[in-house]
Formats: sequence, C-alpha cells, structure tokens
Amino acid sequence: MDFLQNVDWTQLLRCFVVGGLICVIGQILIDKTKLTPARILVIFVTTGTILGGLGIYQYLVDFAGAGATVPLTGFGYNLAKGAIEAVKETGIIGAFTGGVKAAAGGIAAAVFFGYIASLISKPKMKKQ
Amino acid sequence: MKKLGKQTIKFDTPPSILQTASIVGPKEANGPLAKYFDQCLDDEFWDEKTWEKAESKIIKETVNTVISKSGIPFEKIDYCFAGDLLNQCISSSFGLRELNIPFFGVFGACSTFVESLCLASVFAESCANYILCATSSHFCSAEKQFRFPLELGNQRPQSAQWTVTGAGSAIVAKCGNGPYITHITPGKIVDMGIKDANSMGAAMAPAALDTLITHFKDTGRKPSYYDVIVTGDLGYVGKEILTELAKSEGYDIKANYDDCGVLIFDKNTQDTHSGGSGCACCGSVFSGYFFKQLQDKKIKKMLLIATGALTNATTTQQGESIPGIAHAVSIEI
Repeated sequence: MDFLQNVDWTQLLRCFVVGGLICVIGQILIDKTKLTPARILVIFVTTGTILGGLGIYQYLVDFAGAGATVPLTGFGYNLAKGAIEAVKETGIIGAFTGGVKAAAGGIAAAVFFGYIASLISKPKMKKQ
Repeated sequence: MKKLGKQTIKFDTPPSILQTASIVGPKEANGPLAKYFDQCLDDEFWDEKTWEKAESKIIKETVNTVISKSGIPFEKIDYCFAGDLLNQCISSSFGLRELNIPFFGVFGACSTFVESLCLASVFAESCANYILCATSSHFCSAEKQFRFPLELGNQRPQSAQWTVTGAGSAIVAKCGNGPYITHITPGKIVDMGIKDANSMGAAMAPAALDTLITHFKDTGRKPSYYDVIVTGDLGYVGKEILTELAKSEGYDIKANYDDCGVLIFDKNTQDTHSGGSGCACCGSVFSGYFFKQLQDKKIKKMLLIATGALTNATTTQQGESIPGIAHAVSIEI
C-alpha cells in the first residue's frame, strides 16, 4: 500500500471538485434550459476549444489535471492544443491536422470500445 | 348522421363499441391500471430482435385478442383503421399485414386511436357492419424516432413524458348494445409556438381546449353533462394547463376531468416525470380501463379527447414549433 503515501490528496480533491463543477454546469443546462443533450455536448467541446485556444483552459488543467481534461471541455482543449503545437512545427497545415492528431487516441478508443460494447451488450429500457 | 355547429357530427343510429383489447409493456404492468389490461409483458422485446418488431407484434396480438374476444369471424370485419408513431406507420402495416382486412393507415400522432374511432363510426353509420380500430406505441422505438436513441443514455427533463409501450384496439359495430358513439368532434390543428420536444403536454393542451370548447358549443352540452372528460396524453403539465385554460374560457372541468397519461403510471414510484404519452396511452387506457367502466355502467357518459403532437425529429432539429391536434368522441351507454 506504499502508493497511497505518494498520492497527492489535495490534487485529487482539486480534480474532483473541478470535474464535478463542470458536470454541474451541464446538469443546470439540462434542467433549466431547453437545450438538448446533443447541443450541450457541442457547446462544451467548442467552449473547451475556444478557452484552450486563448490559453485560459491551460490554467484549469494545471490546477485540476484530469478534472479538467476528462470532461468534454477537455476534449476541446486537446483539439486546440494539438492544432497550436502542429502549427508551430509544420506551419498553417497544422491547424487542420494537429487537433485530430492530438485527439486521435480518444477518438479511436471511443470507436473501438463503442464497437466492443455494441457486440457484448443489448440496449434496454431503464429498470426502476 | 348530421353535422352540428362547426365541427361535430351527431349519429342518427349511434354505432356501438362492441369490444376492446389492450396489451401493455413491463412498466405499464407495474402501474395502477395493470389489472385492467388483457395482457402485460415482462420485457420490452417480447422475444423479438428489435423494438420495432416487438411493437408490431404487440399491435398484431392486440388485434387478434379483440377479434377473438368479440366472437366476430375475421372475414366479417369490413375495414381496419390503424396507425402508430414510427416512420410511415410501419408498426401497424407490418403488424397487420397478414390480417387480410381492407386497411386504412391513419396518422394523428397520439390522437390516432380517437381519430380511428371517428372514421370507423362514420363508416359504421354509412356502409360497414364491423370496423376494427387499432394503435400502438413503444417507449424504446419512440425515443429513437423522436428524441435520442436509448443507447445514448440521455437524461430526461422533468417536463418529459414516458411513451406508453403497448397497444389498444376496438371493434366498432353498426348495431350493438353499446356503449355508443353518439357524437364525434374532429379537431383542428392548433399551433401556439411551443418548440420543446420534451414538453408535448404544453404543446397539445391548446388543441385539446379548442376541441373541448367546440364540442360544447356545437352540442350545447356543459362539462357537467359528462361523468368523465378524459384527454389522451397531456400528462401532468398539460392537464394543469388545460384545466386552467378551460376555466379562463368559462368551462370548469376540474371536477370530472382526467388524463390517460396521468392515470397509467404512478407518479411517486414510477419516475416517469410528467406522465405517460403515445398512441397506446389513450388506446390502452380506454380499451383496458374505461371500456370496462362503461360496460359495468360505472361511467355512463364519457368524452374522450385524444391529443396528438404533429411533429417529427427533423422539424424539431430545424427549430419548428409543434402543431397539436385533438379529436373527441362522445361515448354514452
């Protein structure tokens, strides 16, 4: 159980609170607005991209780690970060290739695990 | 038959509702009306591979049940009116393709059951002896059709209603011992600009109000004439809106008004948010519960108003508002 001593508990707390607050925003949008979940998803990703592009989201990532990178806004941040880095390396073409390259792991994993899930499970009505 | 006022038709020899049948899904089977349905299923697939196939099977078996309960041979049934919520009404046409009875596909969204009863009554008074009416809906296929596929695991907002899984069916006869369809009031399309596909009750309530008031004006009746006034699937939100709108128009319906979407599920234990909806909501609650009340003479005069939201997924995505419709039948013994 040595690893427990190496855990940064305040870091975990920051991660939990920030990730949770991002989800709270989503829940408020579902409950209080007429936005559909699909629109909320797009809003989160684009917000992450814009904040990432402006360099603002980086502060949140530095502060909360996975609490900021795992939610949908983190995906947008990843796209922006990838595009910026690729532009530095390869020029303007990087604006088009960098985002998807940086997010490739997430995208491919989503397709792969989604496919596996569809093979081994069957959608059902939620039981009460 | 003759036309009364603006929209209502009064029958000279009122057609009779000979028999009804209903089959419902697992959630409805846990609701307060479970004992009134002919059959309750324990799973939403009913041994089929897809929800669409399950829905077709439900409407098919409901029709078989009503025909066998009525004792009328298949070949004696002259026409069939049926519809549902899926694209091009495939649940009805696939489910009833082996029926061998002249078929009219009807689409009135969740008002389909009463729309079919209206058309069947006119046929009964003019040219046919026995007419079959049927309608179905399925929670899982309807979510996919109108909102998001269940696989996405979306949360449903509080104003959302739960599409009833099931089917209702009735046989209307030219001659019979009642309950009789004495009047029908086909409704107009009413659109008050509601755009939220998760608030169908609010979108349909103005249409229900229009048909309700027109029915009273055309027939000269008052709300107190009926033992019960029942709407199809306004749910909790729509029921409240209709009660208030009717009151502001000078018709107090609070004492004898109820809604099938409110009746079919238990608000406290079943977590359906704003109640039930769907073609089968009105179809199964009338075929299961109210028809028995009429047969037992516990209810003698009933106004059944089925409400429909005439929308589809594309119009919702394009930001269009939701036109509502409501058709009414006056059923008396």
